[in-house]
Amino acid sequence: MNAPTRAVSVLHVDWTRCDARGSCTELLPELLRTDPWGYPLAAGGGSDVGVPAHLEAAARDAVGLCPVLALRLITPAD
Amino acid sequence: MTMASAPAVRDGFDVIPPSGTARLLAADGPSHVAHLAGFGPMPSGRGVDAVIAELDMAGIAGRGGAAFPTWRKVAAAAQSGRGGVVIGNGSEGEPLSAKDATLLHTAPHLVLDGLLLVAAALGADEIDLVTTSAQLAPVRRAIDERRDAGRIRVRETQDRFVAGEASAVVNAIERARPIPRDHAVRLTVSGVRSRPTLVLNVETLAHIALVLRFGAEWFRSLGTPDDPGTRLFTVARPDGRLVVEAAGGTPLSTVLRAGGVDPATVRAVLVGGYHGTWITADALDTPLSPGGLAAFGASPGAGILMVLPRGECGLARTAQITGYLAEQSAGQCGPCANGLPAIAEAMGRVGRRDRDTSLPRRIRELTTLVSGRGACHHPDGTARMVLSALETFEHDLRAHAVGLCQETAR
Amino acid sequence: MNEALWALGRGTGVVALALLTVTVVLGILTRSGRPAFGLPRFAVTLVHRNSALIGTAFVLIHIVSLLFDPYAQLNVVDFILPFLGSYHPFWLGLGTVGVDLLIAIVVTSLLRRWIGQRTFRVVHWATYALWPIALLHSFGTGTDAGSGLFILFAAVCTLAVVGSVIWRASTGFLLRGRTEPDRRVDPSQIAADPTLKELR
Repeated sequence: MNAPTRAVSVLHVDWTRCDARGSCTELLPELLRTDPWGYPLAAGGGSDVGVPAHLEAAARDAVGLCPVLALRLITPAD
Repeated sequence: MTMASAPAVRDGFDVIPPSGTARLLAADGPSHVAHLAGFGPMPSGRGVDAVIAELDMAGIAGRGGAAFPTWRKVAAAAQSGRGGVVIGNGSEGEPLSAKDATLLHTAPHLVLDGLLLVAAALGADEIDLVTTSAQLAPVRRAIDERRDAGRIRVRETQDRFVAGEASAVVNAIERARPIPRDHAVRLTVSGVRSRPTLVLNVETLAHIALVLRFGAEWFRSLGTPDDPGTRLFTVARPDGRLVVEAAGGTPLSTVLRAGGVDPATVRAVLVGGYHGTWITADALDTPLSPGGLAAFGASPGAGILMVLPRGECGLARTAQITGYLAEQSAGQCGPCANGLPAIAEAMGRVGRRDRDTSLPRRIRELTTLVSGRGACHHPDGTARMVLSALETFEHDLRAHAVGLCQETAR
Repeated sequence: MNEALWALGRGTGVVALALLTVTVVLGILTRSGRPAFGLPRFAVTLVHRNSALIGTAFVLIHIVSLLFDPYAQLNVVDFILPFLGSYHPFWLGLGTVGVDLLIAIVVTSLLRRWIGQRTFRVVHWATYALWPIALLHSFGTGTDAGSGLFILFAAVCTLAVVGSVIWRASTGFLLRGRTEPDRRVDPSQIAADPTLKELR
């Protein structure tokens, strides 16, 4: 699992909700690929992806557009 | 390895703490009377800071498999304030494990003591003991024997592999479905009905009951500095199981012998249960401490030691276990629900001596795909065990790829 | 002025029905997890939400303009409690029911993060009731119901929705996800495989 430093936001995938709808992989292609079964795959694997500042807006879009609310963005302020 | 200890005076009683490796299993019977005779009365309640300090000094770690320092879990729960939930986890989802069931049958009062002491320190307003159907009767009997355990609610959960996971236990109570939850929010912050929840394995609770009676120094009088105290192990032989209590750092071969296994008949041992690591016969003198096992990438886990006898194929056995683990997936999380059956299918072909030489690579790719991508560690643990098998039985892999099996000599 | 309000009422009603149809079809497409009409999946979701909101805006203009149109004989209470109106009370009442459902659906959708996915989904199923109610309302109260153009328009909308719903109920509707048993290996077969037991 990724363990990003606190300076960066973290995108967390709730696998109990994720249903491979694929919106997030379209909005964050720099961070997420698609695994053989359609689920989002981060570069280092795992459930938590470090989100650099310039992708934070796209990450928020991904969170808001996930049809099943499977994503959550944890910012350093949290 | 017996060591004498000074008698501890508790509320006017002279109680001699257990010497020797029989601690949890020291009492003469499961009754309350035998419990009091063996261990003395329950110590008077102490504040949460004192309890945390004692547990920290004792160095006790969780006995449910994750081995998290117990004092830290209690401290995290304490941070959420009073009025939370304390759960004793006796679900023992691993089919080979028998230590929790044995403990609940032979020393339930230690578990109840531990629950009551921790709940009192934390000011918890709900106490649950979760276990499977076969253990309900002895637990209820033990509760009825005392006057102080009426608050403890006994809950039944299913006998499924992932049902023993902490958040699955919470779900068993809250939703009657023992499947894990997403771990973004810690249980000590929000668990049963959004209240702070502390889940402790029943063996851990039993040790806590003894530590708070006889002190951290007594606890450390056995075992090693990095693995103090004693542990319960389940020695799983092909013809039966035996639960053994041993001091931390005891060599694997010693525990196997105590469990009725002749090390000379052993091909390999799966240490830590179905999510564990394979250790071959030439490494049987490895100490069963976290430090001793780390050299093999292994850990004691929940103390299961599954024996693979000579003449039996490790790859076939792994395939069978992997099939079971895949079937036991909660099915919630895509990577696990899809990946584990794929691993099991490939592993099954390996076990059946399929000549496809790309199988090990495919299995390794799949293990990378599933690890860390689930709400719980079921996929990671399965991956670890399978990778360990591919590494440990490397020679067998090559034999299987040409249709032979070295171990079964065909 | 009244003519203008009446025209506005009818016009916005028709547009609202069109947008509601688009919303339902895109909603079903969203559920399928597929890209469509050249749009990536996230855009399908986005357009679905936007058409719903724009459609809601048209519904609001529709009812407000009719409130001020004396010909429609509407009171404020008719927008909340159905079947109390004077003009075509039943068909009008359907419109009221539709607006009530629409409010519930839109509010739960906007507050999805806070009320939780389960509650949101349960209320969202009401869209399958909302659309036919809107269609029937438009035929019952709409003064254009007899016009050939309107019938054609309504037929196209109906075809789109019915076709989408039939597709929704078919196997293979979902592109990926949890409910794909045929893609999976049966692991219990492997666990029980006799050749994997003691090979001696």
